[in-house]
Amino acid sequence: MEYEIVIGMEIHVELGTKSKIFCSCPTEFGAEENTHTCPVCLGMPGVLPVLNEKVVEYATRAGLALNCEIAHYSKMDRKNYFYPDLPKAYQTSQFDLPICTGGVIEIEVDGIKKDIGITRIHIEEDAGKLLHESAEGTLVDVNRCGVPLVEIVSEPDLRSAEEAKTFAEKVRNILEYTGVSDCKMQEGSMRFDVNISMREKGETVLGTRTEMKNLNSFRALVRAVHYESKRQIVELKKGHVIIQETRKWDDTKGASSSLRSKEEAHDYRYFPEPDLVPIIIEEDYIAKIKAALPELPEAKKHRYIKEYKLPEYDAGVLTATGVLAAFFEEAVGLYNEPKQISNWLMVEIPPLLKEKELAMENISITPIQLVELLKLVKNNTISGTSGKEVLKEMFNTGKNPEDIVKKQGLAQMSDTVELEAIIEKIVTANPKSVEDIGSGNEKAYGFLTGQVMKATKGQANPTVANEIIRAVVKKHLG
Amino acid sequence: MELSQKTIHEINDLLKKKEVTVTEVTQAVVNRIDAVEGSTDAYLRVQAEKALRDAKVVDEKLKARKKKSPLEGIPYGLKDNLCTQGILTTCASKMLYNFIPPYNAHVYDLLIEEGGVLLGKTNMDEFAMGSSTENSAYKITKNPWDLAKVPGGSSGGSAVAVASDTAFFTLGSDTGGSIRQPASFCGVVGMKPTYGLVSRYGLVAFASSLDQIGPFTKDVEDCALVLNAIVGHDEKDTTSLKIEKKDYTKNLKQGVKGLRIGVAQAFFGEGLQPEVRKSLEDAIAVYKAMGAEIVDVSFQYLDYALSAYYLISSAEASSNLARYDGIRYGYRAEEYDGLVDLYRKTRSQGFGEEVKRRIMLGTHALSSGYYDAYYKKAMQVRTLIKEDFEQVFGGCDVLLTPTSPTTAFGIGEKTSNPLEMYLTDIYTVPVNIAGIPGISIPCGLDNGGMPIGMQLLGPVLSEKTILKAAWAFENETNFKNLKAPLGREV
Repeated sequence: MEYEIVIGMEIHVELGTKSKIFCSCPTEFGAEENTHTCPVCLGMPGVLPVLNEKVVEYATRAGLALNCEIAHYSKMDRKNYFYPDLPKAYQTSQFDLPICTGGVIEIEVDGIKKDIGITRIHIEEDAGKLLHESAEGTLVDVNRCGVPLVEIVSEPDLRSAEEAKTFAEKVRNILEYTGVSDCKMQEGSMRFDVNISMREKGETVLGTRTEMKNLNSFRALVRAVHYESKRQIVELKKGHVIIQETRKWDDTKGASSSLRSKEEAHDYRYFPEPDLVPIIIEEDYIAKIKAALPELPEAKKHRYIKEYKLPEYDAGVLTATGVLAAFFEEAVGLYNEPKQISNWLMVEIPPLLKEKELAMENISITPIQLVELLKLVKNNTISGTSGKEVLKEMFNTGKNPEDIVKKQGLAQMSDTVELEAIIEKIVTANPKSVEDIGSGNEKAYGFLTGQVMKATKGQANPTVANEIIRAVVKKHLG
Repeated sequence: MELSQKTIHEINDLLKKKEVTVTEVTQAVVNRIDAVEGSTDAYLRVQAEKALRDAKVVDEKLKARKKKSPLEGIPYGLKDNLCTQGILTTCASKMLYNFIPPYNAHVYDLLIEEGGVLLGKTNMDEFAMGSSTENSAYKITKNPWDLAKVPGGSSGGSAVAVASDTAFFTLGSDTGGSIRQPASFCGVVGMKPTYGLVSRYGLVAFASSLDQIGPFTKDVEDCALVLNAIVGHDEKDTTSLKIEKKDYTKNLKQGVKGLRIGVAQAFFGEGLQPEVRKSLEDAIAVYKAMGAEIVDVSFQYLDYALSAYYLISSAEASSNLARYDGIRYGYRAEEYDGLVDLYRKTRSQGFGEEVKRRIMLGTHALSSGYYDAYYKKAMQVRTLIKEDFEQVFGGCDVLLTPTSPTTAFGIGEKTSNPLEMYLTDIYTVPVNIAGIPGISIPCGLDNGGMPIGMQLLGPVLSEKTILKAAWAFENETNFKNLKAPLGREV
């Protein structure tokens, strides 16, 4: 029997507002424990929340970017449960009237394009953090309490781990573009819950689902989906039924375990938040935010193909993050060689970032510097090979390419007299190659070129060198 | 007449004429506290020395300039669910036995700004849940008219302080009658303003959509003066109304000629004490004589108000009081085994019976499977009752009702029967459900010499009309001058 996996996702994203959702405490990550707090986010007796207008603006922007309807009337609700990281013992969230509904985005996996529905987006506050590794026992850090979140809920339209990952990446990409969140996974700015069920291929009714909580990397997402789908298939093949439950993913063990069953599920006792007035959004407001939306990745990609004549693949990679796209556009603005810039951005820079575990936004190279480097290569001041060396040095030191070229004497050797002498020597030392060429094996030219580049430490201008090699070999063959 | 017995406006006249000093006035009240507080237990905490120091500071200022506001230099008390920075705020609960807020209730900030002199924090039913102030975890406040009787609740301490002249005014909170009912039981003026008129910031929440802060005073003019000080939009409370400030003393004494006063049978039902009914009938006659028009009005859904009230208020309370978990502040059980046990023991030990009863009722009303039948239905009833009042106020300007079906009952008389206790609020809760303003003023004494209160209600933001109607009655009759006999016997 063949099974099909059905996945729905809930993506929690911290909004990049300066202050918290209900008070003026800063949202900044990484501060000393319990320093970004006030009576309001500490949930002290008698205090009242005031909704941060920026949160409404950002959620509206996110909703529009994900093609949602924006509700003219929505409200906040209380989700009640006890936990030490939740000072009020309820999370102020949205229940039946979320701010955005009915969105859709297109994903592409293995060349197949597919629409993924977005059920809703609602706004809510984040909880604090428990610190278990303290000598004094478990401590609570309230800094994160009240940091604004949007929860993006997808339709159960995803059919593989790859689709789930692509969807999540696309959402991240779009949100990052719109500037509502930095989507930093390692700081917990973006977290996933996945609902997974299996059914026989061709079946239309959904199977019983399990929910996997708090996956905080794309890798964890993919592994958790693989693990859970396999687990469910094994259960089904044994003739067992799937138990509806919440499961917890352990990324170190690479396995999930049951957190609570449906029977043990919390009864959150949602009810309208009486301390806050409803959120009324006028059409004008939506129109204004819509007009101010930046160009989104999909549109940008098509423009790159059209305007810069880039291959679809290049355009896709360059628009994958707002930071990379912005870098590219600035560089192209300075130097109209889109394909060349694209090649360097796609091929040469990623390994450097990976080696230092840096993100594109932390790169020390500026678009102007990259362009200067490419010009040096283009006008043959340095070879392409040397260019890569210079790029590495620029990456490590932040210095200008000209300075590096000068300092390391990397300027390309185009002086024919000097080159002739070197090539004469190499050709004389390799009679076998000359003989091979004589008998029609052109490949031997490549060997000789390699020897010349080696002898000149890559500084020989390859075009000039090749001409000279051919002339000298011809002379030797007489 | 002793200084402590005077009203705010009378003290104001004396201060303006420099016939007394703020220190003398404050000292008079402090002396009165010393004399009667042992019998009444109106206060949970009195800060006499601090009050006298503050009084001195005001006196110094008044040497150099005129009085800046009617409340400057006036000693007052605050219900203990209003947060006072640096001063214990317990809500009369063991749960907050050690809670000292690092912030002020907005109303307290306003009174500091006015230059009022805080005397102390008054007793109440724990977390404002109750109708007799017997649910305080600390002490039982006695009615100054008869020490064997309750003062009403939940703002019993605030009512008694004014009734026994141990404060010129106090603030209380009214979720279902907690200002008006004790005002009625103690023979003073108590007002619940329109929902949203006074900022709730720093009022420890019982039921957020119903809670409203209001004054207890010795007469209607004082009520208007205090209202002037505490009303206004506060950006910290988004449910507070953005409206222009009004002077509630203006046109106060205009009279009621032509005013349409509604009387509804629904407020004269079963369980109404005969003397209360008689007093109300007399009041109607007084209004008629003053030229008001008496009109019969009727309600459709009022019978459901009490049930809806106890569902909505308990539901909100169950959520509002969930934060008292022993983790960050307040009481924590001494011994516990793990987190859940910490929660369980802390909350079992820290809350009193009535609070626990309401938390359980509210939790149940919001539970999955019961939400539609209880909370949702109660909210629908709420809409119907609002509409009911709107329709009634289409035909009259104010509505005259008894404040409570009976006068003050004996201490311990209703503690074993919560339902009977809840029924004492039957005429006050619809007002909170509808969010409209209401005032209770004295209108007689029963055969046992206990005060009877009448309630004047009006549509949203009709405080001025209500005050005008209340003042006219007070001025026409002599009930204002009836004083609790406490401590003044020869």
